Amino acid sequence: MNWDLIFTQMFSQAFGVNAMVYALAAIGLNIHFGYTGLLNFGQVGFMAAGAYGVAMTVFWLNWNFWLGIGIGVIFCVVLALILGVPTLRLRADYLGITTIAASESIRLFVRWRGNRERTGAAEGINDFADSFFALNVFDKPGNESYQFLFFEYRANDLWVMLVGWIVVAFCVLINWQLIRSPWGRVLKAIREDEDAARSLGKNAYSYKLQALVLGGVIGGFGGMLQVISKQSVQPDTFNPVITFLIWTIVIIGGVGKVWSPVVGSIIYWGLISLMITFMRELIGTGAGPNLDRFLNLSILNVDQLRFVIFGGALMLLMWFRPQGIFGSREEMALDDR
Amino acid sequence: MKKLQFISGLAIVLLSFVGLTAPAWSQTEQEINGRLQIRTADGERVPAEGVIITVDGVGEAISDADGVWSVSVPEPGIYTVFVDEETLPDGVSLRTVGRSSLEVEVEAGKPKTALFSLVEGEGTAAGTNTSEGITGRRIAQLTVEGLKQGLYLAMAAVGLSLIYGTTGLVNFAHAELVTWGGLMTYFFNYYGLAGMIGFLAPLPAPFGGGSNLIFAAFFGMIAGGAMGYLLDRFLFRTLRRQGVSLIAQMVITIGLSILMRYAFVYFFGGSPRSFRNFTAQSAIDIGPVQITPKDLIAMGISTVVLLAIGGLLTFTRIGKAMRAVSDNRDLAESSGIDVQRVISTVWIFGGSVAALGGVFFGLDQVKWDFGFRILLLIFAAVTLGGLGTAYGALVGAIVIGLVVNLSTLFIDPELKNMIALLSMVLVLMFRPQGLLGKAERIG
Amino acid sequence: MTDDKRAPILGATAGGGGAGAAVQENIHNPVEGVFDTVEAVPGSKKPDTILTAQNVTRRFGGLKAVDVETLHVQRGAITALIGPNGAGKTTFFNLLTGFDNPDEGHVELNGVSIDGVASHKLAAKGMVRTFQLTKALSRLTVLDNMKLGAKNQPGENFLKALVSSMWTDREAEVDAQARELLARFNMTHMADEFAGTLSGGQRKLVEMARSLMTDPEVVMLDEPMAGVNPALTQSLLGHVKQLRAEGRTVIFVEHDMDMVREISDWVVVMAEGEIIAEGTPDAISANQAVVDAYLGSHHDSELDFGEDS
Repeated sequence: MNWDLIFTQMFSQAFGVNAMVYALAAIGLNIHFGYTGLLNFGQVGFMAAGAYGVAMTVFWLNWNFWLGIGIGVIFCVVLALILGVPTLRLRADYLGITTIAASESIRLFVRWRGNRERTGAAEGINDFADSFFALNVFDKPGNESYQFLFFEYRANDLWVMLVGWIVVAFCVLINWQLIRSPWGRVLKAIREDEDAARSLGKNAYSYKLQALVLGGVIGGFGGMLQVISKQSVQPDTFNPVITFLIWTIVIIGGVGKVWSPVVGSIIYWGLISLMITFMRELIGTGAGPNLDRFLNLSILNVDQLRFVIFGGALMLLMWFRPQGIFGSREEMALDDR
Repeated sequence: MKKLQFISGLAIVLLSFVGLTAPAWSQTEQEINGRLQIRTADGERVPAEGVIITVDGVGEAISDADGVWSVSVPEPGIYTVFVDEETLPDGVSLRTVGRSSLEVEVEAGKPKTALFSLVEGEGTAAGTNTSEGITGRRIAQLTVEGLKQGLYLAMAAVGLSLIYGTTGLVNFAHAELVTWGGLMTYFFNYYGLAGMIGFLAPLPAPFGGGSNLIFAAFFGMIAGGAMGYLLDRFLFRTLRRQGVSLIAQMVITIGLSILMRYAFVYFFGGSPRSFRNFTAQSAIDIGPVQITPKDLIAMGISTVVLLAIGGLLTFTRIGKAMRAVSDNRDLAESSGIDVQRVISTVWIFGGSVAALGGVFFGLDQVKWDFGFRILLLIFAAVTLGGLGTAYGALVGAIVIGLVVNLSTLFIDPELKNMIALLSMVLVLMFRPQGLLGKAERIG
Repeated sequence: MTDDKRAPILGATAGGGGAGAAVQENIHNPVEGVFDTVEAVPGSKKPDTILTAQNVTRRFGGLKAVDVETLHVQRGAITALIGPNGAGKTTFFNLLTGFDNPDEGHVELNGVSIDGVASHKLAAKGMVRTFQLTKALSRLTVLDNMKLGAKNQPGENFLKALVSSMWTDREAEVDAQARELLARFNMTHMADEFAGTLSGGQRKLVEMARSLMTDPEVVMLDEPMAGVNPALTQSLLGHVKQLRAEGRTVIFVEHDMDMVREISDWVVVMAEGEIIAEGTPDAISANQAVVDAYLGSHHDSELDFGEDS
């Protein structure tokens, strides 16, 4: 059993590209659900909008990569408006169904073969972020790895992480400032009771729309950084399961807290890679044949365990600790949603 | 205590999987495979034999009499697959001109299918609309396909709608009940009732060995009902008693859906499988329409089942009780209806009908996520008809089936599911109570 | 035009928060005697009307939930809206406050039509409401609940919220106003508690105090006494009278006739969606049509006429 590998995996993943990307997506969702009470089941749609905004700018329009970041933001804003204007008057569960339907529609549309020249259809778009990696301050020939303590990252990933975590810090800061402001107070009031907010003269609809746009754009940044890091965008990576992974992360950290998405993402990615690497190692030991015989567990399906665990975690957290693993019980008692 | 209950419930569910996989699955080495079929001028599909397929850097294969080919690949990764156009039968070409290579991503231990579409005559250029024009024959064919899909969808939708009606819960895990029914039927079909527990296999059918699909489907329905009961008894009843909010319950169903789905792929593997009986049927002509006998029979059965459900809801005591609880839970409770029992019944009933839906959808192929793939269509059907109204779900399902299939007259079939989702969104926007629902009173 | 009749909001705290029965006796009633000349019939004209409803109807399916021909509400008075369960009182309230739209009809506030005006805009026009099921914002502190009611807070604009200096000055004013109101309602010690931890009666108080943060002309209270324990009821009644003393108009829905008699200047009776009677509390208690409407339709009505019937 290679404990060194297990811990290297755990710590590297906990602060790696994935943790950064999902922290961003979760900051967005936390603004939607945690602060405004919007049941957004289509956060992955915003990630897709941001990702395709960048990739299509380079691939289809042949424009500058950096312009693509702006286009990605515009895509997210437009998506939020298209989604929000007609549906934010609907009941919460209808909004949930509508947003998941919208995110699936986006996936189906970009993978449509008729869009091959624009989105690359099912195969997606590759190698569009050279301009980004041209600026890599950690550049090493052959994209070799850096190692320190328990961490190990490829040169390109390190560059994405540096930029990405700065974006995360910036978004957390914005989030913190907004939530402590009167604007954030109105959002929380809408989450608690929309009618009460309206009776006090707050245009709940407008605030919900603003929250949807803000959270959507932040989610879009997550999508952009994800596809930039891989230099590849593919429609099927934006499936609804991703949205619910983001939900799990938000709930791990505790719904409606500024730090929860970041903490949740680090914990999730750290723990899940600890478990999976441990399992992989365990399969490699003498216990392997027995695991296969009694649990049907082998190197072939060990990765599916990741989803089994996070599905179960989502259930149990929502049931027993919707206030997050660090939240207090008193707070939960007040949660009358 | 409640935790204990939940964990024991979960354990039962998981153990049932473990038990079921006793005849261990020999995990195949990864391969790329496919089945070459030629679409003839009159819409039939015939296998293409003797076509050479090359996997770049690995090897090649020749399609057999059924058009089937496969190439083993050493490790997971992305491979390019070529079809040798020179070896295509005379008068046959690629449906999309120039699409003679595909990139496929192979996952560890899983077969990956590479599809090449062949047509009789000339193919069309990439990106152009492949629709063959609007002919009466096509409309008839698509209408039947739409009815078929609608009827199968209705089986899944009716339970979802009743559960929503009686408990207010939007159950995202309902699609997994469809998959569960399909998978269980598959297991019964191959290993029989007791045969799944290895040492009982030698017993005669339907106990050991495989059992006929019709028996198997029946047992699949029982398994579906049992799963519905267990979920309600050990999970949702507890949640209701603890006063967990409906929104939280809904998120819990999402977690459940993911848990179940990936438990399926964990135990069942990722590749699609077919039932043992009625697999390769060729379509028969009825008037202008082509349909396979198995689909015809399944449509007949589902019509009968749906009519029976209608009758059950309208005329029987328990059916009336279900509708009463849907209508006004408190009133029903105060007029002496055992609401808990009605909800239990609804779950059992919803689970078993969804399982039957799973069998019908599974006639093409059974896969770990084939229920989830239609989840949004089920939602579309249910919201279209009006959440919580059982009859509405039936009507909504048929409408969705027809919309999805007939839309291919005008748009690329790849986008047909998107049309269904968008039409659902439109309905929610302009008539949120659905087609058959009543406007709600505020306050 | 009306401002001169109204004491400044913060100056009127003399009565103090405790508001025991003894204090209430001294609360000034600025509309005393105004109703002497008003005819006690449905739709009667008032000397100084602030709110008017004309031919307001609302149907649910085949059922006509509200069908109000004419209603004039006197400025500065406490008007009670009573009626048996299902009479359409709350629905009528929803129609007046923009939370529901009438199928037909007109509503005017201060002589200006508010037909189709969104509910959140009515607060700016000086009308604020509370709810039958109290809507305290559970996971906000009592102080934040109060601050939410404040008008003209630039920090509620997204871009201005990003720059603290744009809103901290106003926030300090709002904070002071909120704390003063809390003191008046005797709730200073709860300012930093989550509203969700309060008792039912305390929530009612918070809701009423919060609505005053908007400095409203018209306060619409939907069953302000429902579920409040008797000790707190007296305090609540005192606060309602205090609103009148400040020159505000109060319209409230209530079941309990004792409360209605104690504080209201004018009573409007609804049954089956229509207004069947109007009059002073004493006149209404003696009105046979009202008694029939209550006893005829609901024997278990909470309305108790006691020795008057």
